[in-house]
Amino acid sequence: MASATAVPVSSATLPLAIDALVKRFGALTAVNGVSLEVQAGECLGLLGPNGAGKSTTIRAIVGRVIPDSGRIAIFGARADTNAARSALGWVPQELAVYPRLTCKENLIAFGRYHGLSGKQLSDSVAWCLDWAALQDRANDLAMKLSGGMKRRLNMAAGIIHRPRIVLMDEPTAGVDPQSRNRIFEMIEALRKQGTAIVYTTHYMEEAERLCDRIAIIDHGQIIALGTKEELVHNAFAARSQVTARFGGSEARIVDWVQRHGGRMVEGVAEFSIERSIEIGALLESAAKDGLDLEDVSLRRPNLESVFLHLTGRELRE
Amino acid sequence: MILPIIRTAIASLRRDRAALALAFVLPVSFFTIFAVIFGGMHDTTPKITVILVDQDQSSASQQLMHALQQEGSLVIRTHPESKDKPAQPDYTAATAEAAVKAGDAPIALIIPKGFGQNPIAFGPSRDNSSAIQLLNDSSDMIAPQMVSGLLQKAAMTSMPSAMADQGVKYTEEYLGELTPDQRKKAESNIAQLRKLEKDGTINSAASSSGSSGFDGIIPVHARAVVGQNKKSPMVSFYAAAIGVMFLLFTASGSAGALLDEAESGTLDRVLSSRITMTSLLAGKLTYNTLLAFTQLTVMFLWAWAVFHLDFFSHIPGFVVMGLSTAVAVAAFGLLLASFCHTRAQLGALSTLLVLIMSSIGGSMFPRYLMPEAMQKAGLLTINAWAIDGFTKVFWRDQPVTALWPQVTVLLTVGIVLFVVARRVARRWEFA
Repeated sequence: MASATAVPVSSATLPLAIDALVKRFGALTAVNGVSLEVQAGECLGLLGPNGAGKSTTIRAIVGRVIPDSGRIAIFGARADTNAARSALGWVPQELAVYPRLTCKENLIAFGRYHGLSGKQLSDSVAWCLDWAALQDRANDLAMKLSGGMKRRLNMAAGIIHRPRIVLMDEPTAGVDPQSRNRIFEMIEALRKQGTAIVYTTHYMEEAERLCDRIAIIDHGQIIALGTKEELVHNAFAARSQVTARFGGSEARIVDWVQRHGGRMVEGVAEFSIERSIEIGALLESAAKDGLDLEDVSLRRPNLESVFLHLTGRELRE
Repeated sequence: MILPIIRTAIASLRRDRAALALAFVLPVSFFTIFAVIFGGMHDTTPKITVILVDQDQSSASQQLMHALQQEGSLVIRTHPESKDKPAQPDYTAATAEAAVKAGDAPIALIIPKGFGQNPIAFGPSRDNSSAIQLLNDSSDMIAPQMVSGLLQKAAMTSMPSAMADQGVKYTEEYLGELTPDQRKKAESNIAQLRKLEKDGTINSAASSSGSSGFDGIIPVHARAVVGQNKKSPMVSFYAAAIGVMFLLFTASGSAGALLDEAESGTLDRVLSSRITMTSLLAGKLTYNTLLAFTQLTVMFLWAWAVFHLDFFSHIPGFVVMGLSTAVAVAAFGLLLASFCHTRAQLGALSTLLVLIMSSIGGSMFPRYLMPEAMQKAGLLTINAWAIDGFTKVFWRDQPVTALWPQVTVLLTVGIVLFVVARRVARRWEFA
């Protein structure tokens, strides 16, 4: 096990410190030198497309994946120690609950697995049911719950032992917008209590709404890390994006776009401009070259734009 | 349009190893087992071990014994066999009875003193004191019938002089005395027969192809020394035999929860808590053991309630055998589950193994019906040891201490299978 054999003393108060984490599966390097730190009460987003290495990073933190190299420390403790397990909560992407147990029985089971008993356990179960708004369904079988409720139960089971840092691996996968909002509220409630959160998603809006800082991860590497504003500023400074759709010959459109410093993304011309007045000049040039403008828009860059800018690919490809 | 459907189905079947095993391996395995047991691949009838005690030591008893020894389907033992003590004293009537009770042999024949004077009786036996005693274990319903038949056959073929002698006696008794000439001729012929018997010209039951035909030429007094007071013979056997087979199925199914948990991600979550893989498997082993023991208890209670099995006077033996069997089957289930990757695989593999184990282990038909080699092969199964143990408890009324071989084997099997399962389960621990 390569994780955290000699963790610096200063990291003992840091909820999570990852240093140069590498994990390979055969020829595939799933995580390639990831380094991260998460502060107390902070929500760090891991944003990246499917297969980027987010879940492998999370599973390495939880101790379910043995890194090939690198160090992981949870409040200074190695990932596979009981101290780390007590401090760490994990909400896996899968609905990892017992379908034939009730909500309450599930929470009791996972509480016991984490060493809770007696009043401490019953208090925790009550708190979790309340947090997940499942009090009314406490005695319903997990298999009978709606998709959103199952997700909430899945989350509650991950924090039954009241961890100080929680890893959430795409907790909103497959839920409707209403349930998603309920889940966001749960996460925000957790943050207010000072719990550090690592949140993986490939939904830009979720990262923007929930996370203090965002690490954009692609091909196992962190390609950008910072607040949303920092990421956008670093990628685009004060520039805005113009997107335009033209009709007619594709070869002519591509040629024209390249001559004007833009690029084609899925049939749409994209330009980066410093001042909005530059749009007029662009459109005038297009008209002069006989391009048939169908649609044009101006927007401030967002995380999607940052990802596209850094990788040349859409976030959800 | 039919061809594409067939192609798709064949491609799916080729990749579904579980379905392939159920479709081809299971039927072929079963056919083979049944063919070996009931077919002609080996001796058609298994050999029956018979303990023989000759209290008479007459020429007639010696001839009979010799003839029985020549019988290919019997294994005659006059003294206990032991590798450690080659020179064992001959069986007596008491030790022979004890041996049948202990299950060392299903039959004992005791040729009493005075047998040689009246070895053959036509019609109903008038004198029980010189009748051969046939002591049997009533759980084996076939052996006494077979040995009785062979006994009559041996008498017919091995003791012609005695038969002639007795014939003369019966003639004189019912038809009047022979004339001196007739008597002389008869005695001369009988002497000639005795000479041929001595020469060995007439001695072999095995060389004769005649059937016993005459039922009851030799007076035989049969007595069951095991199970004679049981209200429902064979109930305890089938309670154990069927019970163990279904225990194996249930244990495999129950251990399959591990695969469900692995698939749903619950196993990962459990292992990310304070639960280690060893404690998880130990917990599942304990649960599956208790489940199996409860199943056995229900089965035997049903046998008590409906079939009058004497359950409550055998509680200690039942608990010892029940728990030992439950540990072994629970570990078996865990091992299968840890080997398989999907529920479907587990279902196919467990069906295959459990049915094969049950058929050669005695859950489907008693092992004494099987050829010797298969009886030995049966000892590789949990079923055989469990059934033997329960038979000792409920059939032979043996004390708990007599269960040590079965308990030792079953617990060892349980421990070994659990250790292997733990090792195989490492694949779930870390990526």
